[in-house]
Amino acid sequence: MADDYKPGTSEMSTTVLGADELILNMGPQHPSTHGVLRVKLKLDGERVIGSECIIGYLHRGVEKIAEHRSYQQFAPYVDRMDYVAAVSNGLGYCEAVEKLLGAEAPPRARVVRTILTELQRIASHLLWLGTHALDIGALTPVFYCFREREEILKIYEKYCGARLTTHAFRIGGLQYETYDGFEQDVKRFCEDFGHKIDEYETLLTENRIWLGRTKGIGILSAQDAIALGVTGPVLRASGVKWDLRKAMPYAAYDQYEFDIPTRPNGDTYDRYLVRMEEMRQSRRICLQAIENIPSGPIMAKVGKVLKPPPGEVYHSIEAPKGELGYYIVSDGTTQPYRVRVRPPSFINLQAFDRMARGALVADVVAIIGTIDIVLGEVDR
Amino acid sequence: MSHLIPPSILPYVLPVLFGVVIVGVFPLVAGYIVLAERKLMADMQARLGPMRVGPHGLLQPIADAFKLMLKEDVIPAGADKFIFWIAPVLSVTMALLAYAAIPIGPAFQIADLNVGLLFILAVSSLGIYGIVLGGWASNSHYSLLGALRSAAQLVSYETAAGLGLVSGLLLAGSLSMKDIVQAQADQGIWFVFAVPIGFFIYLVGSIAETNRAPFDLPEAESELVAGYMTEYSGFRWALYFLAEYANMVIVAAIATTLFLGGWLRPFPRFHDHLPGTSIELLDAFPALLFLAIALYCLRLAPHQPVKVQKLFMAGVAGACALLAAVMAASLFAPAGVMAGIHGAFWFIAKVAIYIYIFLWVRFTFPRYRFDQLMRLGWHFLIPLALVNVIVVGVGIVLQQQWAVSPRLTEILGTIFMLGVAVFLAREEQQHVHAVEVAAESGEGE
Repeated sequence: MADDYKPGTSEMSTTVLGADELILNMGPQHPSTHGVLRVKLKLDGERVIGSECIIGYLHRGVEKIAEHRSYQQFAPYVDRMDYVAAVSNGLGYCEAVEKLLGAEAPPRARVVRTILTELQRIASHLLWLGTHALDIGALTPVFYCFREREEILKIYEKYCGARLTTHAFRIGGLQYETYDGFEQDVKRFCEDFGHKIDEYETLLTENRIWLGRTKGIGILSAQDAIALGVTGPVLRASGVKWDLRKAMPYAAYDQYEFDIPTRPNGDTYDRYLVRMEEMRQSRRICLQAIENIPSGPIMAKVGKVLKPPPGEVYHSIEAPKGELGYYIVSDGTTQPYRVRVRPPSFINLQAFDRMARGALVADVVAIIGTIDIVLGEVDR
Repeated sequence: MSHLIPPSILPYVLPVLFGVVIVGVFPLVAGYIVLAERKLMADMQARLGPMRVGPHGLLQPIADAFKLMLKEDVIPAGADKFIFWIAPVLSVTMALLAYAAIPIGPAFQIADLNVGLLFILAVSSLGIYGIVLGGWASNSHYSLLGALRSAAQLVSYETAAGLGLVSGLLLAGSLSMKDIVQAQADQGIWFVFAVPIGFFIYLVGSIAETNRAPFDLPEAESELVAGYMTEYSGFRWALYFLAEYANMVIVAAIATTLFLGGWLRPFPRFHDHLPGTSIELLDAFPALLFLAIALYCLRLAPHQPVKVQKLFMAGVAGACALLAAVMAASLFAPAGVMAGIHGAFWFIAKVAIYIYIFLWVRFTFPRYRFDQLMRLGWHFLIPLALVNVIVVGVGIVLQQQWAVSPRLTEILGTIFMLGVAVFLAREEQQHVHAVEVAAESGEGE
């Protein structure tokens, strides 16, 4: 990390302002802080000279709740953290508990989990794309994105009855068998979706205003990204090829071919391109997976009452926003002794100050958008 | 009726009547522009837009207006009450005042000033005070930033847009709105074809002047919440909104008058008749258009969900049929009446097309950043406009002194100007690149 940079240093804590300086309070009620993030900006004209993210407006004590629920009872709660990628949250939690139990989901369950999780990645990225473009002033892409996201939500609804907070997976496998026509639905979506991504790209990728608003904005070097613990597309856009799906394969990812897109510059435009490419790769994984879903049971024999042996486990997955980790301590009872979540949004948000210094107010919304935070996950 | 009015005030009756009509009717027109905007936006975004209030949302503007009038009127605690009160009034007054000199067809104009265009520009520029004062008086950071942005932006783009207008004025040789249109009739060309670059500069400049996307920085929703009108609510807010749409119509009317031939019919030399009659095909077009809309509405009417909506849709069809009848009847009226009514039709149609471009641009492009906006104005549009003025001047001298064909000078001038535009754009790109490189090397140290 560059030596001159110390996060959370004096600029914001001093109350004395220069003649041209101004403290601007963005949020928690602001159109583009994606929920209830509050950012205190110290401005010189429109240039940001210091910033501070104030979080906690959506704190619900999810981790504490876990200590008073059985392992199965807690599973729906994790859906409420990153509520635009509930399936990914569920996958991480279920696999962590399975690891603690020493159980493994059957192959069929693992493949179905992979498909649903990759669809969730597409849905999450679509939501990001739409809102990010909206923040930068493009009014139209958001509706196209929601149109496709709706198709994914319909597949979830048909599969488990819920659209947003799905609770699709159970510890040990799946609760429900796939419905008739599941493969065709996924296949139809994936085949259409190829053209749809091209459609979004025609609106944005080569647009000169879009380039001007994203190129060179919010640069995060690979060094800084690693030092700040940033993961996911933000890290990959800084040129670091790190993806848990390849590095420590889980579910059924080791069976499929896909690439990890990276970009060298670490600016907002590169993060945009990385996420666009990730959607294409997710589509590729889904198309491979539905070709060959193994038959067999969907639930491992884990029993009705879960009593994992005393011990601790850390399991992490590549959620749409980065590394989502669960650290679970068991004391041998039916309730976890402690659940600690490593939420990607929370840790990626740390990089905000680094990216925003020297930017303009207009860039701040672009930077908040490009980190792709969900406040439910930041605050838990 | 004229014997009832003393002769001394007779000349003022008609202008005052027009004035009252404009002030009374314009809010409704603005409301329907908003509805058209929302419907168009919905169409481009794969959704329906307002559908609930009236058939296809046709009563939505009226519902909105009532809602705004009934809302609580909040004045923030730290605000300067008098300035807070007067700012939106100033904005909307100046916007409506400019209508005095705009000719809606050859017959409908409040005052044909000999400095008509200057008057409109001067008065509509005063509207900025409403924005700056409103942003200042609100005592809010967002409002202040919005007001500062708008002051800088309007000053810069007024220059560019004004220089764009000058190229048209050189050809017209008059500032009177009526004479400008007459000049286009005499020269047999709409100035948009004679000086397309001038029109383009004015188009971009006018989008920026009216704070429309992609130049809507003073009210950039995702950045400054609502910019200068963040603290305004209810009817005051509605006044700002009205001023914005009034300004949009004004810039469209200026562009229509100066570049798009005002109330002139397209293809004046096209004289084919309707089969079996002495009516020209293009003169019959307005009547046929309204008739087609009426028939379309009539076809939609039975499909409306509620009986009231069915009746309303039929009413809309009736209104359109009435308009069609007026248009058709005017074909057989004396020439002056017909020119007045048809002139108004073509004028409004052209204004509508110009506004359509505004809306289309808004739904398509992301928003510029403030410094990029300024750079575009000062480094690209203003130099381009200056060169354009010189080129047009040289063209006119060539025509008058050496009797060079006007079409030839126009074509050569436009090709030259396109070259200049490409050159400026490339210079600008290199400049941006150089700044980026410098910034990156600075970053690495």
